[in-house]
Amino acid sequence: MKTKPQRSKLWLTLIPLYAITILFVLFPIIYMVVLSFMSRAKVWGIELDVTINNYKKILEPLYLNTFVESFKLAVISTLLVALIGYPFGYFMAKLSAKWKKRMMLLIMLPFWTSALIRLYGWIIVFRSNGTLDKILMGLHITDKPLKLLYSYPAVAVGMIYALLPFMILAVYSSAEKMDWSLVEAATDLGASRFTAFRTVTLKLTMPGLLSGIVLTFVPSMGLFFIADLLGGNKIVLVGSVIQEQLTKGRNLPFAAALSVVLMVLTTLIISIYRKVTHAEDVEGLI
Amino acid sequence: MKNKTKLPNIYLGIITFIMYVPIILTVVYSFNTSRITSIWGGFTLDWYKVLFQDHDIGIALRNSLILAVISCFLAAVIGTLGAYGMAKIKTKPNQIIGYLSILPIMIPEIILGMVFLAVFSFIGLPFGLTTLIIAHTTFCIPYVLLNVKARLVGMNRSLEEAALDLGASKIRTFFDITLPLISPAIWSGVLLSFAMSFDDVVISIFVTGPQVNTLPIKIYTKMKTGVTPEINALATVMLLATIILIFASYQVGKVGNHKKISKGE
Repeated sequence: MKTKPQRSKLWLTLIPLYAITILFVLFPIIYMVVLSFMSRAKVWGIELDVTINNYKKILEPLYLNTFVESFKLAVISTLLVALIGYPFGYFMAKLSAKWKKRMMLLIMLPFWTSALIRLYGWIIVFRSNGTLDKILMGLHITDKPLKLLYSYPAVAVGMIYALLPFMILAVYSSAEKMDWSLVEAATDLGASRFTAFRTVTLKLTMPGLLSGIVLTFVPSMGLFFIADLLGGNKIVLVGSVIQEQLTKGRNLPFAAALSVVLMVLTTLIISIYRKVTHAEDVEGLI
Repeated sequence: MKNKTKLPNIYLGIITFIMYVPIILTVVYSFNTSRITSIWGGFTLDWYKVLFQDHDIGIALRNSLILAVISCFLAAVIGTLGAYGMAKIKTKPNQIIGYLSILPIMIPEIILGMVFLAVFSFIGLPFGLTTLIIAHTTFCIPYVLLNVKARLVGMNRSLEEAALDLGASKIRTFFDITLPLISPAIWSGVLLSFAMSFDDVVISIFVTGPQVNTLPIKIYTKMKTGVTPEINALATVMLLATIILIFASYQVGKVGNHKKISKGE
Protein backbone atom coordinates (compact mmCIF):
# COMPACT_ATOMS: atom_id res chain seq x y z
CA MET A 1 0.00 0.00 0.00
CA LYS A 2 1.17 3.50 -0.79
CA THR A 3 1.78 5.73 2.16
CA LYS A 4 -0.84 8.37 2.57
CA PRO A 5 -0.04 11.79 3.92
CA GLN A 6 -3.14 11.80 6.17
CA ARG A 7 -2.03 8.93 8.31
CA SER A 8 -0.04 11.22 10.58
CA LYS A 9 -2.47 11.06 13.51
CA LEU A 10 -3.14 7.36 13.26
CA TRP A 11 -0.50 6.49 15.82
CA LEU A 12 -2.81 7.96 18.44
CA THR A 13 -4.91 4.78 18.26
CA LEU A 14 -1.93 2.77 19.41
CA ILE A 15 -1.24 4.77 22.57
CA PRO A 16 -3.56 2.84 24.91
CA LEU A 17 -2.23 -0.51 23.72
CA TYR A 18 1.37 0.64 24.05
CA ALA A 19 0.68 2.02 27.52
CA ILE A 20 -1.01 -1.11 28.84
CA THR A 21 1.49 -3.46 27.20
CA ILE A 22 4.56 -1.62 28.44
CA LEU A 23 3.19 -0.98 31.93
CA PHE A 24 1.49 -4.28 32.62
CA VAL A 25 3.19 -6.83 30.38
CA LEU A 26 6.72 -5.74 29.57
CA PHE A 27 7.57 -4.06 32.85
CA PRO A 28 6.16 -6.90 35.02
CA ILE A 29 8.15 -9.47 33.08
CA ILE A 30 11.36 -7.49 33.43
CA TYR A 31 10.57 -6.99 37.10
CA MET A 32 10.01 -10.74 37.51
CA VAL A 33 13.39 -11.52 35.97
CA VAL A 34 15.13 -8.96 38.20
CA LEU A 35 13.27 -10.29 41.22
CA SER A 36 14.43 -13.82 40.54
CA PHE A 37 18.02 -12.72 41.17
CA MET A 38 17.22 -11.13 44.52
CA SER A 39 16.99 -12.83 47.85
CA ARG A 40 14.18 -12.92 50.30
CA ALA A 41 14.14 -10.56 53.27
CA LYS A 42 13.60 -11.95 56.76
CA VAL A 43 9.85 -11.35 56.94
CA TRP A 44 8.29 -10.36 53.66
CA GLY A 45 9.88 -8.53 50.82
CA ILE A 46 13.14 -8.64 49.00
CA GLU A 47 16.74 -7.78 49.61
CA LEU A 48 18.85 -6.09 47.04
CA ASP A 49 21.74 -8.46 46.58
CA VAL A 50 22.29 -10.20 43.32
CA THR A 51 22.31 -13.96 43.66
CA ILE A 52 21.66 -17.06 41.63
CA ASN A 53 20.65 -19.02 44.70
CA ASN A 54 17.01 -19.12 43.61
CA TYR A 55 17.97 -20.93 40.45
CA LYS A 56 20.27 -23.25 42.35
CA LYS A 57 17.37 -24.03 44.63
CA ILE A 58 15.27 -25.15 41.66
CA LEU A 59 17.90 -27.80 41.00
CA GLU A 60 17.39 -29.27 44.46
CA PRO A 61 15.78 -32.71 44.10
CA LEU A 62 12.53 -31.58 45.75
CA TYR A 63 11.85 -28.82 43.22
CA LEU A 64 13.51 -30.45 40.24
CA ASN A 65 11.23 -33.39 40.82
CA THR A 66 8.21 -31.10 40.72
CA PHE A 67 9.30 -29.83 37.33
CA VAL A 68 9.81 -33.35 36.06
CA GLU A 69 6.43 -34.45 37.45
CA SER A 70 4.62 -31.45 35.98
CA PHE A 71 6.31 -32.04 32.68
CA LYS A 72 5.33 -35.71 32.74
CA LEU A 73 1.73 -34.92 33.56
CA ALA A 74 1.64 -32.24 30.87
CA VAL A 75 3.05 -34.68 28.30
CA ILE A 76 0.63 -37.45 29.28
CA SER A 77 -2.35 -35.08 29.26
CA THR A 78 -1.37 -33.54 25.94
CA LEU A 79 -0.84 -36.94 24.35
CA LEU A 80 -4.21 -38.23 25.51
CA VAL A 81 -5.93 -34.99 24.54
CA ALA A 82 -4.42 -35.33 21.07
CA LEU A 83 -5.45 -38.99 20.81
CA ILE A 84 -9.03 -38.24 21.84
CA GLY A 85 -9.39 -34.79 20.32
CA TYR A 86 -7.84 -35.33 16.90
CA PRO A 87 -10.34 -37.94 15.68
CA PHE A 88 -13.12 -35.89 17.23
CA GLY A 89 -12.19 -32.71 15.36
CA TYR A 90 -11.56 -34.70 12.20
CA PHE A 91 -14.89 -36.55 12.26
CA MET A 92 -16.67 -33.37 13.19
CA ALA A 93 -15.37 -31.65 10.08
CA LYS A 94 -16.95 -34.43 8.01
CA LEU A 95 -20.44 -33.92 9.42
CA SER A 96 -23.20 -32.20 7.50
CA ALA A 97 -23.48 -28.44 7.95
CA LYS A 98 -26.48 -28.79 10.23
CA TRP A 99 -24.77 -31.30 12.52
CA LYS A 100 -21.56 -29.31 12.52
CA LYS A 101 -23.47 -26.42 13.98
CA ARG A 102 -25.17 -28.60 16.59
CA MET A 103 -21.91 -30.24 17.54
CA MET A 104 -20.27 -26.85 17.86
CA LEU A 105 -23.00 -25.80 20.28
CA LEU A 106 -22.49 -28.97 22.29
CA ILE A 107 -18.77 -28.32 22.55
CA MET A 108 -19.08 -24.65 23.28
CA LEU A 109 -21.32 -25.21 26.26
CA PRO A 110 -18.75 -26.99 28.43
CA PHE A 111 -16.09 -24.69 27.00
CA TRP A 112 -17.93 -21.61 28.19
CA THR A 113 -18.98 -23.08 31.50
CA SER A 114 -16.78 -22.27 34.43
CA ALA A 115 -13.84 -24.65 34.58
CA LEU A 116 -14.42 -24.96 38.31
CA ILE A 117 -17.96 -26.14 37.86
CA ARG A 118 -16.91 -28.75 35.33
CA LEU A 119 -14.26 -30.01 37.73
CA TYR A 120 -16.80 -30.10 40.48
CA GLY A 121 -18.75 -32.69 38.51
CA TRP A 122 -15.66 -34.91 38.44
CA ILE A 123 -15.34 -34.65 42.20
CA ILE A 124 -18.85 -36.10 42.40
CA VAL A 125 -17.84 -38.88 40.02
CA PHE A 126 -14.54 -39.75 41.68
CA ARG A 127 -15.19 -39.29 45.37
CA SER A 128 -15.30 -42.29 47.63
CA ASN A 129 -18.68 -43.96 47.20
CA GLY A 130 -19.29 -41.54 44.37
CA THR A 131 -20.87 -42.25 41.02
CA LEU A 132 -18.00 -44.26 39.57
CA ASP A 133 -17.67 -46.42 42.69
CA LYS A 134 -21.42 -46.99 42.71
CA ILE A 135 -21.37 -48.13 39.08
CA LEU A 136 -18.32 -50.35 39.44
CA MET A 137 -19.60 -51.90 42.65
CA GLY A 138 -23.07 -52.28 41.17
CA LEU A 139 -21.59 -54.19 38.27
CA HIS A 140 -19.49 -56.21 40.73
CA ILE A 141 -16.29 -55.14 39.04
CA THR A 142 -14.93 -53.90 42.34
CA ASP A 143 -16.16 -54.67 45.80
CA LYS A 144 -14.98 -51.63 47.70
CA PRO A 145 -14.62 -47.90 46.96
CA LEU A 146 -11.58 -47.20 44.79
CA LYS A 147 -10.66 -43.89 46.45
CA LEU A 148 -10.01 -42.33 43.07
CA LEU A 149 -10.40 -38.75 44.19
CA TYR A 150 -7.07 -37.22 45.18
CA SER A 151 -5.15 -39.56 42.91
CA TYR A 152 -2.99 -39.16 39.83
CA PRO A 153 -5.59 -40.52 37.39
CA ALA A 154 -8.18 -38.09 38.73
CA VAL A 155 -5.86 -35.14 38.08
CA ALA A 156 -5.06 -36.45 34.59
CA VAL A 157 -8.77 -36.81 33.80
CA GLY A 158 -9.39 -33.28 35.05
CA MET A 159 -6.59 -31.92 32.86
CA ILE A 160 -7.75 -33.82 29.79
CA TYR A 161 -11.31 -32.74 30.36
CA ALA A 162 -10.44 -29.08 30.81
CA LEU A 163 -8.18 -28.94 27.76
CA LEU A 164 -9.93 -31.21 25.27
CA PRO A 165 -12.11 -28.47 23.70
CA PHE A 166 -8.99 -26.49 22.69
CA MET A 167 -7.66 -29.47 20.76
CA ILE A 168 -11.01 -30.28 19.17
CA LEU A 169 -11.53 -26.71 17.99
CA ALA A 170 -7.99 -26.39 16.68
CA VAL A 171 -8.11 -29.67 14.72
CA TYR A 172 -11.63 -28.99 13.51
CA SER A 173 -10.76 -25.58 12.14
CA SER A 174 -7.92 -26.95 10.05
CA ALA A 175 -9.78 -30.10 8.98
CA GLU A 176 -12.74 -28.00 7.91
CA LYS A 177 -10.59 -25.83 5.67
CA MET A 178 -9.06 -28.90 4.10
CA ASP A 179 -9.62 -29.71 0.47
CA TRP A 180 -11.10 -33.23 0.66
CA SER A 181 -10.71 -33.75 -3.07
CA LEU A 182 -6.98 -34.17 -2.44
CA VAL A 183 -7.73 -37.27 -0.36
CA GLU A 184 -9.94 -38.58 -3.13
CA ALA A 185 -7.21 -37.92 -5.64
CA ALA A 186 -4.76 -39.92 -3.53
CA THR A 187 -7.09 -42.91 -3.25
CA ASP A 188 -7.98 -42.69 -6.94
CA LEU A 189 -4.31 -42.87 -7.73
CA GLY A 190 -4.06 -46.09 -5.81
CA ALA A 191 -3.12 -45.08 -2.27
CA SER A 192 -4.70 -47.11 0.49
CA ARG A 193 -7.03 -45.25 2.83
CA PHE A 194 -4.35 -45.32 5.50
CA THR A 195 -1.64 -44.02 3.18
CA ALA A 196 -3.97 -41.32 1.94
CA PHE A 197 -4.66 -40.30 5.51
CA ARG A 198 -1.01 -40.30 6.49
CA THR A 199 0.30 -38.46 3.45
CA VAL A 200 -2.55 -36.07 2.77
CA THR A 201 -4.98 -35.60 5.65
CA LEU A 202 -2.50 -35.70 8.49
CA LYS A 203 -0.18 -33.34 6.68
CA LEU A 204 -2.91 -30.83 5.93
CA THR A 205 -4.35 -30.92 9.44
CA MET A 206 -0.92 -30.76 11.06
CA PRO A 207 -1.16 -27.01 11.80
CA GLY A 208 -4.37 -27.64 13.72
CA LEU A 209 -2.91 -30.58 15.60
CA LEU A 210 0.23 -28.65 16.47
CA SER A 211 -1.62 -25.60 17.69
CA GLY A 212 -3.87 -27.92 19.68
CA ILE A 213 -0.78 -29.40 21.28
CA VAL A 214 0.55 -25.96 22.17
CA LEU A 215 -2.82 -24.86 23.52
CA THR A 216 -2.99 -27.97 25.68
CA PHE A 217 0.59 -28.27 26.79
CA VAL A 218 1.21 -24.67 27.80
CA PRO A 219 -1.69 -24.25 30.23
CA SER A 220 -1.34 -27.75 31.62
CA MET A 221 1.93 -26.78 33.33
CA GLY A 222 0.24 -24.09 35.36
CA LEU A 223 -3.28 -25.25 36.18
CA PHE A 224 -2.63 -25.66 39.87
CA PHE A 225 -6.27 -25.64 40.88
CA ILE A 226 -6.97 -28.88 39.02
CA ALA A 227 -4.17 -30.63 40.89
CA ASP A 228 -5.37 -28.94 44.04
CA LEU A 229 -9.02 -29.95 43.80
CA LEU A 230 -8.72 -33.39 42.25
CA GLY A 231 -5.30 -34.35 43.57
CA GLY A 232 -5.49 -33.01 47.10
CA ASN A 233 -1.99 -32.29 48.30
CA LYS A 234 -0.61 -35.49 46.80
CA ILE A 235 0.12 -34.21 43.33
CA VAL A 236 2.32 -31.11 43.38
CA LEU A 237 2.85 -29.24 40.15
CA VAL A 238 5.08 -26.27 39.34
CA GLY A 239 1.97 -24.12 39.50
CA SER A 240 1.21 -25.37 42.99
CA VAL A 241 4.77 -24.65 44.14
CA ILE A 242 4.65 -21.10 42.78
CA GLN A 243 1.34 -20.53 44.50
CA GLU A 244 2.63 -22.00 47.74
CA GLN A 245 5.80 -19.90 47.65
CA LEU A 246 3.70 -16.78 47.18
CA THR A 247 1.01 -17.43 49.75
CA LYS A 248 2.50 -19.63 52.45
CA GLY A 249 6.23 -19.44 51.87
CA ARG A 250 6.16 -15.69 51.19
CA ASN A 251 9.24 -16.17 49.06
CA LEU A 252 8.69 -13.82 46.16
CA PRO A 253 12.17 -14.15 44.59
CA PHE A 254 11.98 -17.95 44.49
CA ALA A 255 8.48 -17.85 43.02
CA ALA A 256 9.84 -15.44 40.42
CA ALA A 257 12.70 -17.79 39.55
CA LEU A 258 10.27 -20.70 39.15
CA SER A 259 8.08 -18.53 36.92
CA VAL A 260 11.05 -17.49 34.80
CA VAL A 261 11.99 -21.12 34.17
CA LEU A 262 8.37 -22.01 33.38
CA MET A 263 8.11 -19.04 31.05
CA VAL A 264 11.33 -19.91 29.23
CA LEU A 265 9.99 -23.44 28.71
CA THR A 266 6.70 -22.07 27.40
CA THR A 267 8.30 -19.56 25.07
CA LEU A 268 10.55 -22.29 23.77
CA ILE A 269 7.59 -24.48 22.92
CA ILE A 270 5.75 -21.62 21.20
CA SER A 271 8.79 -20.60 19.17
CA ILE A 272 9.35 -24.20 18.07
CA TYR A 273 5.71 -24.21 17.00
CA ARG A 274 6.21 -20.99 15.04
CA LYS A 275 9.35 -22.32 13.39
CA VAL A 276 7.63 -25.52 12.34
CA THR A 277 4.37 -24.03 11.08
CA HIS A 278 5.55 -20.55 10.06
CA ALA A 279 2.43 -19.24 11.77
CA GLU A 280 2.40 -15.84 13.36
CA ASP A 281 -0.23 -16.57 15.99
CA VAL A 282 -1.21 -19.89 17.48
CA GLU A 283 -4.10 -21.07 15.38
CA GLY A 284 -7.26 -21.96 17.23
CA LEU A 285 -6.49 -19.53 19.98
CA ILE A 286 -9.08 -17.13 18.68
CA MET B 1 -20.43 -47.27 2.87
CA LYS B 2 -22.94 -47.09 5.68
CA ASN B 3 -20.59 -48.61 8.25
CA LYS B 4 -17.93 -46.12 7.42
CA THR B 5 -20.14 -43.20 8.29
CA LYS B 6 -21.59 -44.79 11.41
CA LEU B 7 -18.46 -45.52 13.41
CA PRO B 8 -17.25 -41.90 13.57
CA ASN B 9 -20.69 -40.80 14.72
CA ILE B 10 -20.63 -43.32 17.53
CA TYR B 11 -17.24 -41.99 18.56
CA LEU B 12 -18.49 -38.40 18.52
CA GLY B 13 -21.52 -39.46 20.52
CA ILE B 14 -19.56 -41.29 23.21
CA ILE B 15 -17.01 -38.53 23.76
CA THR B 16 -19.70 -35.87 23.86
CA PHE B 17 -21.62 -37.96 26.36
CA ILE B 18 -18.57 -38.29 28.61
CA MET B 19 -18.07 -34.54 28.38
CA TYR B 20 -21.54 -34.05 29.73
CA VAL B 21 -21.50 -36.68 32.50
CA PRO B 22 -20.06 -34.40 35.19
CA ILE B 23 -22.34 -31.57 34.14
CA ILE B 24 -25.46 -33.71 34.23
CA LEU B 25 -24.52 -35.17 37.61
CA THR B 26 -24.00 -31.71 39.05
CA VAL B 27 -27.43 -30.63 37.90
CA VAL B 28 -29.17 -33.81 39.09
CA TYR B 29 -27.70 -33.69 42.57
CA SER B 30 -28.66 -30.05 43.01
CA PHE B 31 -32.22 -31.31 43.46
CA ASN B 32 -31.21 -33.96 45.96
CA THR B 33 -32.68 -33.88 49.47
CA SER B 34 -29.73 -35.71 50.94
CA ARG B 35 -26.70 -33.69 51.94
CA ILE B 36 -24.45 -36.56 50.89
CA THR B 37 -24.13 -36.22 47.16
CA SER B 38 -23.96 -39.87 46.20
CA ILE B 39 -27.19 -40.91 47.90
CA TRP B 40 -30.46 -39.94 46.26
CA GLY B 41 -32.90 -38.83 48.94
CA GLY B 42 -35.67 -37.33 46.87
CA PHE B 43 -36.44 -34.15 45.00
CA THR B 44 -36.09 -30.75 46.64
CA LEU B 45 -35.55 -27.10 45.77
CA ASP B 46 -34.15 -26.29 49.22
CA TRP B 47 -30.59 -25.84 48.02
CA TYR B 48 -31.75 -23.11 45.67
CA LYS B 49 -33.40 -21.35 48.62
CA VAL B 50 -30.14 -21.62 50.56
CA LEU B 51 -28.26 -20.31 47.55
CA PHE B 52 -30.46 -17.27 46.97
CA GLN B 53 -30.31 -16.36 50.64
CA ASP B 54 -26.52 -16.53 50.64
CA HIS B 55 -25.49 -12.91 50.90
CA ASP B 56 -21.79 -13.54 50.24
CA ILE B 57 -22.48 -15.25 46.94
CA GLY B 58 -24.67 -12.35 45.85
CA ILE B 59 -21.86 -9.92 46.54
CA ALA B 60 -19.31 -12.15 44.80
CA LEU B 61 -21.58 -12.37 41.76
CA ARG B 62 -21.96 -8.60 41.69
CA ASN B 63 -18.19 -8.14 41.90
CA SER B 64 -17.63 -10.63 39.09
CA LEU B 65 -20.15 -8.90 36.84
CA ILE B 66 -18.74 -5.42 37.50
CA LEU B 67 -15.24 -6.73 36.90
CA ALA B 68 -16.13 -8.54 33.67
CA VAL B 69 -18.13 -5.65 32.21
CA ILE B 70 -15.50 -2.99 32.93
CA SER B 71 -12.57 -5.16 31.79
CA CYS B 72 -14.35 -6.20 28.61
CA PHE B 73 -15.27 -2.63 27.78
CA LEU B 74 -11.71 -1.43 28.28
CA ALA B 75 -10.34 -4.40 26.36
CA ALA B 76 -12.77 -3.74 23.50
CA VAL B 77 -11.69 -0.10 23.15
CA ILE B 78 -7.96 -0.67 23.58
CA GLY B 79 -7.89 -3.88 21.55
CA THR B 80 -9.91 -2.50 18.64
CA LEU B 81 -7.96 0.75 18.40
CA GLY B 82 -4.70 -1.16 18.71
CA ALA B 83 -5.59 -3.68 16.01
CA TYR B 84 -6.75 -0.89 13.72
CA GLY B 85 -3.62 1.16 14.23
CA MET B 86 -1.37 -1.83 13.78
CA ALA B 87 -3.08 -2.86 10.56
CA LYS B 88 -2.38 0.60 9.14
CA ILE B 89 1.08 1.26 10.50
CA LYS B 90 3.42 -1.68 10.13
CA THR B 91 6.66 -0.92 11.89
CA LYS B 92 9.08 -3.02 13.89
CA PRO B 93 8.13 -1.54 17.30
CA ASN B 94 4.47 -2.18 16.52
CA GLN B 95 5.27 -5.77 15.73
CA ILE B 96 7.07 -6.17 19.04
CA ILE B 97 4.26 -4.55 21.02
CA GLY B 98 1.79 -6.70 19.09
CA TYR B 99 3.66 -9.81 20.17
CA LEU B 100 4.01 -8.65 23.76
CA SER B 101 0.37 -7.66 24.07
CA ILE B 102 -0.87 -11.18 23.34
CA LEU B 103 1.68 -12.73 25.69
CA PRO B 104 -0.81 -12.74 28.61
CA ILE B 105 -2.81 -15.51 26.96
CA MET B 106 0.22 -17.40 25.69
CA ILE B 107 1.94 -18.01 29.01
CA PRO B 108 0.52 -20.13 31.85
CA GLU B 109 -1.92 -18.08 33.90
CA ILE B 110 -0.02 -18.64 37.09
CA ILE B 111 2.95 -16.64 35.81
CA LEU B 112 0.69 -13.72 34.99
CA GLY B 113 -0.86 -13.92 38.45
CA MET B 114 2.56 -14.00 40.03
CA VAL B 115 3.99 -11.03 38.11
CA PHE B 116 0.89 -8.94 38.75
CA LEU B 117 1.12 -9.68 42.45
CA ALA B 118 4.79 -8.70 42.48
CA VAL B 119 4.34 -5.52 40.44
CA PHE B 120 1.24 -4.29 42.24
CA SER B 121 2.92 -4.63 45.59
CA PHE B 122 6.03 -2.98 44.14
CA ILE B 123 4.16 0.12 42.96
CA GLY B 124 2.03 0.07 46.08
CA LEU B 125 -1.40 -0.33 44.50
CA PRO B 126 -3.93 -1.48 47.11
CA PHE B 127 -5.25 -4.93 46.20
CA GLY B 128 -8.92 -4.97 45.31
CA LEU B 129 -11.22 -4.14 42.44
CA THR B 130 -8.72 -1.79 40.77
CA THR B 131 -5.97 -4.39 40.61
CA LEU B 132 -8.48 -6.97 39.40
CA ILE B 133 -9.64 -4.66 36.61
CA ILE B 134 -6.07 -3.94 35.49
CA ALA B 135 -5.21 -7.65 35.43
CA HIS B 136 -8.39 -8.72 33.67
CA THR B 137 -8.19 -5.93 31.08
CA THR B 138 -4.63 -7.01 30.31
CA PHE B 139 -5.58 -10.60 29.60
CA CYS B 140 -8.83 -9.69 27.80
CA ILE B 141 -7.14 -7.37 25.28
CA PRO B 142 -5.52 -10.25 23.30
CA TYR B 143 -8.90 -11.85 22.58
CA VAL B 144 -10.28 -8.65 21.07
CA LEU B 145 -7.01 -7.74 19.40
CA LEU B 146 -6.54 -11.09 17.65
CA ASN B 147 -10.16 -11.25 16.51
CA VAL B 148 -10.20 -7.74 15.09
CA LYS B 149 -6.77 -8.18 13.53
CA ALA B 150 -7.93 -11.32 11.71
CA ARG B 151 -11.02 -9.50 10.52
CA LEU B 152 -9.10 -6.47 9.29
CA VAL B 153 -6.77 -8.69 7.27
CA GLY B 154 -9.69 -10.26 5.42
CA MET B 155 -11.56 -7.01 4.98
CA ASN B 156 -12.28 -5.36 1.69
CA ARG B 157 -10.55 -1.99 1.78
CA SER B 158 -12.40 -0.47 -1.17
CA LEU B 159 -15.31 0.73 0.96
CA GLU B 160 -12.98 2.71 3.21
CA GLU B 161 -11.22 4.15 0.20
CA ALA B 162 -14.51 5.09 -1.42
CA ALA B 163 -15.59 6.96 1.71
CA LEU B 164 -12.29 8.81 1.83
CA ASP B 165 -12.45 9.63 -1.87
CA LEU B 166 -15.93 11.04 -1.40
CA GLY B 167 -14.55 13.43 1.15
CA ALA B 168 -15.31 11.78 4.49
CA SER B 169 -12.79 12.47 7.24
CA LYS B 170 -10.64 9.65 8.60
CA ILE B 171 -12.58 9.61 11.86
CA ARG B 172 -15.94 9.63 10.09
CA THR B 173 -14.77 6.80 7.83
CA PHE B 174 -13.71 4.77 10.85
CA PHE B 175 -17.05 5.17 12.62
CA ASP B 176 -19.29 4.86 9.56
CA ILE B 177 -17.49 2.23 7.53
CA THR B 178 -14.75 0.37 9.37
CA LEU B 179 -16.43 -0.02 12.75
CA PRO B 180 -19.65 -1.61 11.42
CA LEU B 181 -17.55 -3.98 9.32
CA ILE B 182 -15.38 -5.15 12.20
CA SER B 183 -18.08 -5.10 14.86
CA PRO B 184 -18.81 -8.87 14.65
CA ALA B 185 -15.14 -9.49 15.40
CA ILE B 186 -15.21 -7.03 18.30
CA TRP B 187 -18.30 -8.71 19.68
CA SER B 188 -16.90 -12.20 19.51
CA GLY B 189 -13.71 -10.97 21.15
CA VAL B 190 -15.75 -9.33 23.88
CA LEU B 191 -17.87 -12.42 24.46
CA LEU B 192 -14.78 -14.58 24.74
CA SER B 193 -13.18 -12.02 27.06
CA PHE B 194 -16.30 -11.98 29.18
CA ALA B 195 -16.30 -15.75 29.52
CA MET B 196 -12.60 -15.76 30.41
CA SER B 197 -12.90 -12.91 32.91
CA PHE B 198 -16.01 -14.32 34.54
CA ASP B 199 -14.34 -17.71 34.85
CA ASP B 200 -10.89 -16.72 36.01
CA VAL B 201 -9.59 -18.13 39.28
CA VAL B 202 -5.84 -18.35 38.92
CA ILE B 203 -5.04 -14.70 38.21
CA SER B 204 -7.81 -13.28 40.38
CA ILE B 205 -6.65 -15.16 43.44
CA PHE B 206 -3.32 -13.38 43.32
CA VAL B 207 -4.49 -9.85 42.59
CA THR B 208 -7.59 -9.56 44.75
CA GLY B 209 -7.62 -7.99 48.17
CA PRO B 210 -8.91 -9.55 51.37
CA GLN B 211 -12.29 -7.82 51.10
CA VAL B 212 -13.08 -8.48 47.45
CA ASN B 213 -14.27 -11.92 46.38
CA THR B 214 -15.21 -12.81 42.84
CA LEU B 215 -17.62 -15.64 42.17
CA PRO B 216 -14.98 -18.13 40.96
CA ILE B 217 -12.82 -17.40 44.02
CA LYS B 218 -15.83 -17.93 46.25
CA ILE B 219 -16.67 -21.21 44.53
CA TYR B 220 -13.05 -22.34 44.72
CA THR B 221 -12.79 -21.77 48.45
CA LYS B 222 -16.13 -23.48 49.00
CA MET B 223 -15.07 -26.45 46.87
CA LYS B 224 -11.85 -26.83 48.80
CA THR B 225 -13.79 -27.31 52.00
CA GLY B 226 -15.93 -29.99 50.45
CA VAL B 227 -18.87 -30.89 48.29
CA THR B 228 -22.18 -29.32 49.27
CA PRO B 229 -25.47 -29.36 47.38
CA GLU B 230 -25.46 -25.57 47.51
CA ILE B 231 -22.54 -25.54 45.08
CA ASN B 232 -24.51 -27.91 42.87
CA ALA B 233 -27.37 -25.43 42.84
CA LEU B 234 -25.01 -22.55 42.09
CA ALA B 235 -23.39 -24.54 39.30
CA THR B 236 -26.78 -25.30 37.80
CA VAL B 237 -27.79 -21.65 37.84
CA MET B 238 -24.51 -20.65 36.18
CA LEU B 239 -24.95 -23.40 33.63
CA LEU B 240 -28.39 -22.11 32.78
CA ALA B 241 -27.00 -18.60 32.38
CA THR B 242 -24.31 -19.98 30.05
CA ILE B 243 -26.86 -21.82 27.93
CA ILE B 244 -28.98 -18.70 27.60
CA LEU B 245 -25.93 -16.61 26.73
CA ILE B 246 -24.75 -19.06 24.08
CA PHE B 247 -28.15 -19.42 22.46
CA ALA B 248 -28.65 -15.68 22.54
CA SER B 249 -25.35 -15.09 20.81
CA TYR B 250 -26.11 -17.80 18.26
CA GLN B 251 -29.38 -16.10 17.54
CA VAL B 252 -27.63 -12.81 16.97
CA GLY B 253 -25.15 -14.75 14.89
CA LYS B 254 -22.23 -13.50 16.90
CA VAL B 255 -20.56 -16.77 17.77
CA GLY B 256 -22.55 -18.63 15.16
CA ASN B 257 -19.59 -20.20 13.47
CA HIS B 258 -16.35 -21.62 14.64
CA LYS B 259 -14.31 -18.91 13.02
CA LYS B 260 -14.93 -16.71 16.00
CA ILE B 261 -13.17 -19.18 18.21
CA SER B 262 -10.70 -20.62 15.83
CA LYS B 263 -8.97 -18.06 13.75
CA GLY B 264 -10.39 -18.66 10.32
CA GLU B 265 -9.64 -17.05 7.03
